Amino acid sequence: MFWNEKAECMEKEEKEKLQLERLQETVKLAYENVEFYKKRFDEIGLKPEDIKTLKDIEKIPFTTKSDLREAYPLGLLAVPREEIVEVHASSGTTGKPTVTAYTQNDLDIWGECIARGLKMAGAEKDYIIQNAYGYGLFTGGFGIHHGGNSMGAITIPISAGNTQRQLDTMVDFQSDILTCTPSYAMYLGESREKAGIPLEDINLKAGIHGAEMWTDEMRKRIEVSLGIKTHNIYGLTEVMGPGVAQECDFQNGMHIQDDHFYPEIINSETGETLGYGEKGELVLTSLTKTGMPILRFRTKDLTSLIADKCECGRTTVRMTRITGRSDDMLKIKGVMVFPSQIEKALLKVSGISPNYMIHVTRPDILDEVEVKVEATKELFSDEMKEMERVEKQIQASIRSETGLRVDVSIVEPETLPRSEGKAVRVIDERNFD
Amino acid sequence: MAVKQISIFVENKEGRIKKAIDTLAKENINIRALSIADTTKYGILRLIVSDNEKAIEALEKDGFIVKENEVIILAVPDEPNGLNSTLEVFDEKGINLEYLYAFVSSKTDEAIVVMRLENMEKAIEALDESNVKILDEDDIKNL
Repeated sequence: MFWNEKAECMEKEEKEKLQLERLQETVKLAYENVEFYKKRFDEIGLKPEDIKTLKDIEKIPFTTKSDLREAYPLGLLAVPREEIVEVHASSGTTGKPTVTAYTQNDLDIWGECIARGLKMAGAEKDYIIQNAYGYGLFTGGFGIHHGGNSMGAITIPISAGNTQRQLDTMVDFQSDILTCTPSYAMYLGESREKAGIPLEDINLKAGIHGAEMWTDEMRKRIEVSLGIKTHNIYGLTEVMGPGVAQECDFQNGMHIQDDHFYPEIINSETGETLGYGEKGELVLTSLTKTGMPILRFRTKDLTSLIADKCECGRTTVRMTRITGRSDDMLKIKGVMVFPSQIEKALLKVSGISPNYMIHVTRPDILDEVEVKVEATKELFSDEMKEMERVEKQIQASIRSETGLRVDVSIVEPETLPRSEGKAVRVIDERNFD
Repeated sequence: MAVKQISIFVENKEGRIKKAIDTLAKENINIRALSIADTTKYGILRLIVSDNEKAIEALEKDGFIVKENEVIILAVPDEPNGLNSTLEVFDEKGINLEYLYAFVSSKTDEAIVVMRLENMEKAIEALDESNVKILDEDDIKNL
């Protein structure tokens, strides 16, 4: 039922005591060993001993993604290099990637968190985990792998892609649990149906899916097409990777492993801490990592926290499904895109007006992006094939900049909204509620 | 000889064509011929009008994107095979047709065809050598 009952079902008082002890240790470790944190603390005259209660965490300055970028690649280590055994990195689409380094103990903690999640999905030691997250710098593949190892389950490191092989593996090995992004799970379900493989021929019981936003509609489709129960998983490279939080069978919020990660919700404009149930930006502090401890990392992910004990018996704080990002970064088909990249791509095509609008929708299960560009005298032609050539050129330019295939629409001049100050360039109509 | 046509970019949304036509009407500009090439998102409105300069000025003032370019206007016999014999002239020289649109006038028995060809110079040359009737600006004014 529980992988670690003591940690997952701990009473509030005991949990808070543990969190405070661990927070104090982490702050001390970071302050004494990481130049970046020392400087940040000293700037405001904060000392590790000033953290006397959990509430005092609010005195600590936030850490952002750009802070991590500046420290690229290994500028935030709190331990000597020889203690680091593995590194992972975010995709780095918009510049330097952000790197996370792990000590053996950090990997064990990661494995522990994932193992708790595997158990939530019903895994046992003799279960076969078909791990179709990508293996590589991305944290998905190795994260689940470490968890499978921690549990002692049988992990098939099949990685992402090669759909036929995935289906064969499901049938031949009778895999019990599928781990991959929700969109790939969706695709595998559809592929199974197309291949005419009856549900009875596969033995999947549960799926653990994350790394991108997904809807209940997608959940239903995955569950039906693969005959499984799905579990939303959350995590991010900067903090550790997947396994920071995951849903149990009740699918009512993701259990944050809050003996290892301390969650806060803030108003992303003011930085003010918000209470349970209030929607805002998730801020995470690692409580046990020593390779690269992270204090008050602004995830930019919008969610809210649930404090009540879950029906499953776990007392860990839960977070609701991520419903958006507080900055303008878009995650489209799992790819991170900034409007500035689209702008850059447009500007490479001559005759284009700098006025554009990005429209993101999800008409069915996949994201669709329409980029509207205002027509100019230069790009307009009386010949259709010339207009089509321009559209294709814009498309190709955006594709090479972002990796995304988008729909380009040329609209009449002066028809896209102009606003004072920062222009609204993105309309995201995807509904993740 | 070639005649100047104007093209207007119109987004595929309610009232846009009407707006363009209104703009021309207000300036007392007469539309001789009109065609629309359309996609699901936008259309290209191509017009032969009585006064290009005035039309472009008025349309641009109303926020339209307008281009002026050359087309060939021909009179073809309004009978079976009428258009075919004209197209043959281009076929023989390997000149590709970009688009064409046609209309009839009450003042003549001939059908009027507006054409844009890949190579306008070669097309005019080919026509000069043939016996196809090319209309000039004045002919059009009298239609």
